[in-house]
Amino acid sequence: MSKSLRINKNNFIDQTIRVSFKFNGQKLFGFKGDTLASALLANDIHLVGRSFKYHRPRGIMTCGSEEPNAIIQIGNDPSSTEPNVRATEIELYEGLESFSQNCWPSVNFDIGGINNFLSPLLPAGFYYKTFMWPASFWEKYEFFIRHSAGLGKSPTKPDTDLYDHQYAHCDVLVIGGGISGILSAKLAAEKGLNTILIDDKNCLGGSTIYQEDDCFKINNEYSNKWLKKEIDNLKNYPNLLIKKRTSVAAFHGYNYLLAKENLTDHLGINERKNKIRQRLWKIRAKKVVIATGSIERPLIFNNNDRPGILLNSSIKKYIDFFGVKSGNEISLFTNNDSTYETAISLNKSGVKVNTIIDIRENSNSTLVKKVQKIGINILWSHTIVNTNGYKRIKSINVQKLSADGENVVGKKIKINCDCLGMSGGWTPMVHLFTQSGGKLKFKDENYIFIPDINKSPSDQISVGSCNGIFELDDLITNTIKNIKIFLDLDKTIYDNLNVICSKETEKRNIWLLPSDKPLSKTKPFLDFQNDSTAKDVKLALREGFKSIEHVKRYTTTGMGTDQGKLSNMHALGIIADTTGTNMGDLGTTTFRPPFTPLTFGSIVGRNVGEFFDHIRKTAIHDWHVENNAKFENVGQWKRAWYFPKNNETMFQAVQRESKAARDNAGILDASTLGKIDIQGTDASEFLNRVYTNAWSKLAIGKCRYGLMLNEDGMVYDDGVTTRLGENHYIMTTTTGGAANVLSKLEDYLQTEWPELDVYLTTVTDQYSTISICGPRSKNIVKKIIPDLDLSDANFPHMSFKNSKIDNVNCRVMRISFTGEHSYEINIQSNYAKDVWIKCMDAGKEFNITPYGTETMHLLRAEKGFIITGQDTDGTLTPSDLQMDWIIGKKKYDFIGKRSLYRSDTIRDDRKQLVGLLTEDPLEVLEEGAQLVEDINKKPIEMLGHVTSSYFSPNLKKSIALAVVRGGKKMKGKKLIVPMENKNINVTITDTVFYDKENKRLNA
Amino acid sequence: MFIINCPYCGERDQSEFSCGGEAHIERPKQPTELSDDQWAEYLFMRKNIKGIQFERWNHAHGCRKWFNVVRDTSNDKIHAVYKMGERPPLK
Repeated sequence: MSKSLRINKNNFIDQTIRVSFKFNGQKLFGFKGDTLASALLANDIHLVGRSFKYHRPRGIMTCGSEEPNAIIQIGNDPSSTEPNVRATEIELYEGLESFSQNCWPSVNFDIGGINNFLSPLLPAGFYYKTFMWPASFWEKYEFFIRHSAGLGKSPTKPDTDLYDHQYAHCDVLVIGGGISGILSAKLAAEKGLNTILIDDKNCLGGSTIYQEDDCFKINNEYSNKWLKKEIDNLKNYPNLLIKKRTSVAAFHGYNYLLAKENLTDHLGINERKNKIRQRLWKIRAKKVVIATGSIERPLIFNNNDRPGILLNSSIKKYIDFFGVKSGNEISLFTNNDSTYETAISLNKSGVKVNTIIDIRENSNSTLVKKVQKIGINILWSHTIVNTNGYKRIKSINVQKLSADGENVVGKKIKINCDCLGMSGGWTPMVHLFTQSGGKLKFKDENYIFIPDINKSPSDQISVGSCNGIFELDDLITNTIKNIKIFLDLDKTIYDNLNVICSKETEKRNIWLLPSDKPLSKTKPFLDFQNDSTAKDVKLALREGFKSIEHVKRYTTTGMGTDQGKLSNMHALGIIADTTGTNMGDLGTTTFRPPFTPLTFGSIVGRNVGEFFDHIRKTAIHDWHVENNAKFENVGQWKRAWYFPKNNETMFQAVQRESKAARDNAGILDASTLGKIDIQGTDASEFLNRVYTNAWSKLAIGKCRYGLMLNEDGMVYDDGVTTRLGENHYIMTTTTGGAANVLSKLEDYLQTEWPELDVYLTTVTDQYSTISICGPRSKNIVKKIIPDLDLSDANFPHMSFKNSKIDNVNCRVMRISFTGEHSYEINIQSNYAKDVWIKCMDAGKEFNITPYGTETMHLLRAEKGFIITGQDTDGTLTPSDLQMDWIIGKKKYDFIGKRSLYRSDTIRDDRKQLVGLLTEDPLEVLEEGAQLVEDINKKPIEMLGHVTSSYFSPNLKKSIALAVVRGGKKMKGKKLIVPMENKNINVTITDTVFYDKENKRLNA
Repeated sequence: MFIINCPYCGERDQSEFSCGGEAHIERPKQPTELSDDQWAEYLFMRKNIKGIQFERWNHAHGCRKWFNVVRDTSNDKIHAVYKMGERPPLK
């Protein structure tokens, strides 16, 4: 470590604990309390990365979240490496590995640096302008563009860290732990309010905590000493929760805020095990105090981006807080008084300040006088016209500004320096205020946007420098005054503070500083990360872009990872100057959440892996698992898909199951079907209104299939409903549609038909359903329920019986989705697995075969039964499905009825459901494949698509269902299914392929 | 993420509710007597106001009751909440 860059005196770094870390493979040392940036600077490393477009060498520029250049890859573990991390925000820990981004082969020698010399060829909109033509070359361009796009490298393996979410409710949330935030939090806590104070650093106090100067005193003490005592005293308030290392990412309406707390990123790798890495706080606050402070602006001049150029306030923080000299020969460039604090700090620590270049004509504040007394050379009314040094600044060229500030005059002075500070004034951090819906106003004297208190959402207040107040005395007075009103306080502990501070009187602002060269020959950077310059903004204006939002996107100004925190204001200023507009009228671009990037881990929290979504299992699930079932997801349900035996493929298993169900007997777990219990004196009338067919005459003990439409006439859901009693029905719905059907029915009952006496209860989970089908199903049911008369006369198809299995009540329906003679046993779910096993035992002699959803789908397709959501897609009417028979023509009204004869729904050429047979009976179509008539006519006319397709083991041929334009009238017509390598010939048929006479239902 | 004062349960987070679109669109009593245009007006046409809007909301993850909300869509401020069948407070 270069000894000369670390000074010994300071309070914030523990110089007894050395921390080793690596940067680009080089082993270095820092101290506990350092950030990666301060440790690098202490090792005399400024060059940390390359800019995005021109690959110019770039150095650390700031000390906070606004850093545009020091964007680093952290770690090289494939599951935890993190790209685009700001070196200024990373706390140093033992074993930290860090790498520069966007450079190859190394940050010192980067091939992409050639772009810097090609920059005249790479103006704003270069990609838009260049890669437009010829269009067919896009695929070739894309390879190169993709290669050069992006900054860091994403992790390639799943994140193994733990993340957490926590809700918090409080009376007052204070955002920002600078002096205004501390005062606010303390006043709130003092009043007994439940208060949360959040700060993104690991140390409270903002920049005041290292402001030790005669010019700034509170109650006759240095401002930092006074504030330190106030902070130490905060722990005495049990009603105050302080969250450090926590940054507010978003401020939504109704004072709902998201904040990310870093819990382990500052710990050594070995200390992190089994700890939560980050916690996302979801905070609902009755009142919010925004005390987010302000950040310093750069100045916009020729070659203002070289490594070694920092913001003045950052140079001050590095020396006063971290004890690190940013250089040994420092020049400072400014337009305001705060820079003189930096000069005093540097001088106090024995760092040579060459010269202060100030664009103002003079200033007589106590701060400036003190600097003059020290003997630092100040060049008033001067500007920097160029900087020299490729990988580190070596010297600057300075010239006098003309009176109007648009040109430079006089002799050019060269000043050597190894570090240059700059300050273009201060920008209030109004991001969170605008996120919450607040509107800004422009304050001309400071060239800043500040919260407009007349257009601020209620129950929040901005205090301190984020409110555009920069002088310590005004800031304290204002904060206390406003918090008193906001929190309704009479007297406070801060009512008689005596504050002394240096006052700034002289101001001058020039958005784009002139050079001795014409603008076209200079590089005044605005967005350092995206390499957009003042020239690009002016070009955009010349090319006709007017809106700030358009200029931003065209030039990419403000679109780097810092989101324009540093120099959006300059872009606005230059646009205003160039177009002769007032900045206040121009407005700002929209500040969107998050304020600083969030990790995906913190957003997702614990909802990963098995907790990603709810998993619903039937009561019989364990049996399926034990019997080697493969499962498919249907909504949140796990449904048995098929039961492979030995080494069967899915195809083989499904063929076997399908054959067995028709030859002997099959058994299916149908418990996932939605079940809604409907009771009430108007239950029949209600069903009349929600289904297309008539229900009043359905006898007790009978079942009926129903089709439910949306009000637009399109098929929504289907299922069998059984009349259990005079005023009692049980409705079944599709598995995936159950929740939505219930919601829809409740909606109609509550809002359109409140006069109906009907009660709906979902009983999907309470009852399990075991379906037994096939010619030998009757034998099996007979064995399980010997008392039940299964004769067709007593128990015909589409009827139901109450019965008992071992004294447990059950409902048995004789209904069929396979076309076979079939029973559905509905029983309380906690008995379901036992009954299922009983069925399996009873069925053994009849060769009972368990089957899953795939076989169920195949069997119903043989019969031409639809599956809503597979054969329908919300654009098919009952008539399109060739199910006109189910529409109750005599019914006055039902949901969707009027839509069935709208001009659009009665068209002949609507897509209609048909059957398909392939010319080659072994050829199975792909579901979703297109159907065409003429493949030579270009463009090929798409007539429809395949919705269901299987090889039927019972018919020994391929069958399919499809929707085809005008399909109803096309029976017998030959169509083509064009596939990637071949064309498949098909013929349109009936939708029913098997047992058209329904003989098997009563077999 | 706003807070809705369910008329049956009290103040709850927005995530417990689902929005059912514009309120006070009554299903025609005699749909069969309507022309295609009249039916289409009921079926498809909805306002999408920037400002005060009358909406239907359902406390889907709570009491499952439907009710009406008067909301300013420009800032999500809720001006009134009232039960189904009740007269809108300000219109």
